[in-house]
Formats: sequence, structure tokens, C-alpha cells
Amino acid sequence: MSVQGPQQVLELAKVSRTFGQGTTAVAALRDVDLTVNAGEFVAVMGPSGSGKSSLLALAGGLDRPTSGSVFVESTPLAGLGLNALARLRRRAVGYVFQDFNLVPTLSAAENVALPLELDGVPARKAHRQAVDALRQVGIPEQAQRFMDEMSGGQQQRVAIARAIVGSRRLILADEPTGALDSTTGHGVMEVLRSRADAGAAVMLVTHEARHAAWADRVVFIRDGRIVDEATAMHNPAVLLAPAG
Amino acid sequence: MSIRHSLLALLQDQPRYGYQLRVEFEDRTGATWPLNIGQVYTTLDRLERDGLVSNDGGDGEGHVVYSITEAGRAEVQGWFATPVERSNPPRNELAIKLALAVTLPGVDVAAIIQAQRTASMRALQDYTKSRRDTAANQRAADTAWLLVLDSLIFQTEAEIRWLDLCEARMVQLAQASGTRSHPRKPSNGVTAEEAAPLTAENRR
Repeated sequence: MSVQGPQQVLELAKVSRTFGQGTTAVAALRDVDLTVNAGEFVAVMGPSGSGKSSLLALAGGLDRPTSGSVFVESTPLAGLGLNALARLRRRAVGYVFQDFNLVPTLSAAENVALPLELDGVPARKAHRQAVDALRQVGIPEQAQRFMDEMSGGQQQRVAIARAIVGSRRLILADEPTGALDSTTGHGVMEVLRSRADAGAAVMLVTHEARHAAWADRVVFIRDGRIVDEATAMHNPAVLLAPAG
Repeated sequence: MSIRHSLLALLQDQPRYGYQLRVEFEDRTGATWPLNIGQVYTTLDRLERDGLVSNDGGDGEGHVVYSITEAGRAEVQGWFATPVERSNPPRNELAIKLALAVTLPGVDVAAIIQAQRTASMRALQDYTKSRRDTAANQRAADTAWLLVLDSLIFQTEAEIRWLDLCEARMVQLAQASGTRSHPRKPSNGVTAEEAAPLTAENRR
């Protein structure tokens, strides 16, 4: 049983993930403890192969740990059947994938509305919420477009809109600015930040320091272990004082 | 930083006394480089000695007001027209520290790099928050401050990228020499080609 405060939206407790077996086994994560609270924006930074994407997949219930436990809003994911897990992912978790994972035969608004409709939200209401999410990412006028009519940057915004639509309490983003120019990347960070400020728990995986800097807490991961953590001081005056 | 030219530039705008100059300077640069009032007066004395400002006497409230001379205007124009000289190369304590660390036995370079990365990231987080807060309720006077913050953000980001590169090179060095003393993998964003120049055969 886990001891959780009411604020914890995501908790990883002693989580390890090993791929393969015996002498060829590779430990992607080793004994990782990490929590993300409501209203908190956490960035995970590390080299490729350090385990940061594995961490995100476990947090989103897309993968299961070899040992240890993952809790989303106090619910242990290990105890959920496939249907219950899928429902939790649709309702509580927004996931932005590196490669978008959008449905090409659906319009932007339909892609964004999809998880809501699967969850039984009436079509008209789902559409309204989808357009609102597209507005938050700056492309409400693209609602009726299909994926092959949109640029990579626009598709990424649709993917982010799909992750934030409705009232998702946990937003997980895996290098969401990869396909974007720096101005658009800045816009994505503004959206993630505003979701956190509105009370969501946000976890971002990135190798861009300037994006990680939008987070309240930056966790550094190496070889499957958390090696350090930077928390903003929120006192820039200290930084601006002359040295020595 | 050229206090001399900064004060001259402010006097080109209008005559001012010492305390006003200090307030104006700090307002326009977001108090990033606080000015000591003593520095302001010393600089004004020298500017007057060099014929670049003239002492207009008191304003009746105990302030000595200075205005810029023609020679002073020419000096400001020259300052704006000339690119900033780079001290060659600028002294960088972090670079010096790492350069010494990699050449000394028994120094955990990877730990130095991570400690610095965490500190630099914390600074970058705070600059980014300052920028966000300033941009959210932007006043006209904040334009200059935002530019200064952007400059600090770029510099800090560059420092972190450089630390990633250092780490990647350390890993390559360790691999090239056949030891496994640095099992860390190279950081993202740094390719083997970028890291290559420090491998053994390229160091000659």
C-alpha cells in the first residue's frame, strides 16, 4: 500500500524495467522513485538510451514495470484489467507521442474528439471541446483539415490538443517539440505550462534545456537512474546580483 | 561593461544628475548590472575631465546636473557603431575549471559536469520564469529587460549544451582508451562527429 498525499497525481515507487533475460538483459530503469503533484510541471532530461522514454511509457500505462509500482491518482495500474486501464488512459491521461500517432482519415477536430467520444461524450459536446483544445494550441481554424493537408508542426499541435482535451489530470509528453521550429516549440511549452498552472500534473521528456526550463522541477536520468534534480529557486534577484 | 559609454548614452537623451543616471540605467537593464552610486560619480568626474560632459551646476535642490558635449555625442555615436570587442578569449571560470579537471588524476569530471548542469538548469528555470512573468504583464519599459533576459537565457542554454558536449567527449575518451571508468552515455544533441575531435588520434 502506498502512502499518498491528496495532491499526488503520478507516483512511481521503486520502479525497474528490464528488457530481455539472462546475460542479454538490459536494465532500462532501476529503482526509480518519482512523484508528480497536481499543478506541477516536471521535465525529465537525459541522454538517448538513459531510460526517459521508458519512464514515460510506464507512467502512461503503455508498459508495465518488471518490479515496483505505478500509481495514477492513487490507483495502482498493476491492479487494472485491460479495459479499466484503457478507460483510465482515455479519461485521466493525455499522452503526446514523438511521432504524433494521429488517425489520417479523421479531421483535426475528429482526432482530438476521439478519446472523448470513445468515452461516451455526445458528439456535439466532444466537438466543442476539441475545437476549444485546438484554440489553446493556436490552430482553431484548422479544425476541419485532414492530416495530409497539415504540416508536421500543425500535426504536432493536433496531437497536443488531443492530449489536453477535456479535463486530463496527467499530461505526458515525449519530446513534443521535435518537429517544431523554435517559435512553435515555445508555444507548446506555454500550453503545457498553462495546463500545469490550471492544476494538471505534467511530465515532459526532452533533451532541450530551454524547454525543460519551463518546468518547476527538472529530473536528470542516466543509465536508468535518477542522478540529480533541479528545482527553480524562483528568486531571480540572486542570479542577477554581481558575482563575488 | 562600459559604464562610461552607458552614462554618456543616457545623457544624450537629456541632462541628468548622478542618482537619476543610476535609476535610468538600472530601469533599462532590469537591474541586471547594479551600479554603485560612487562609480557613477567617479565616472562623471572623468567624463567631465575628458570634455565629454559639462557640469551645468546645481538644480537648486542640491543635485549637480550634467549634460553631454559635442565630443560626448561623437563618442556615443562611435560606441554604438563599433561591435563589442571580445576579450580574447573571454575568461570563463567554468571552462578553466573543466580544463584543469580533465588533466588532473583523481578528479571526478562527470560529477563536476552534473553539479554544474544542475546549477545552470536552476538558473535557466528562473530566467525563463522571469521572462514569462515579465512578458505576461508587459509595460513599455520592459522591452529592454526582456532583451536582457533573452540574452541570459541563450547564454545559459549554451553553457548546458557545452556541458553535454564535454560529457560526450569524456565518454569517447574513456572508450578510446579502452577503460570503462566513465560508463555514462553521451548526451542527447551531441553527435559522435561533434564529440570526435578530442578522441586520442585527433588530439595530436
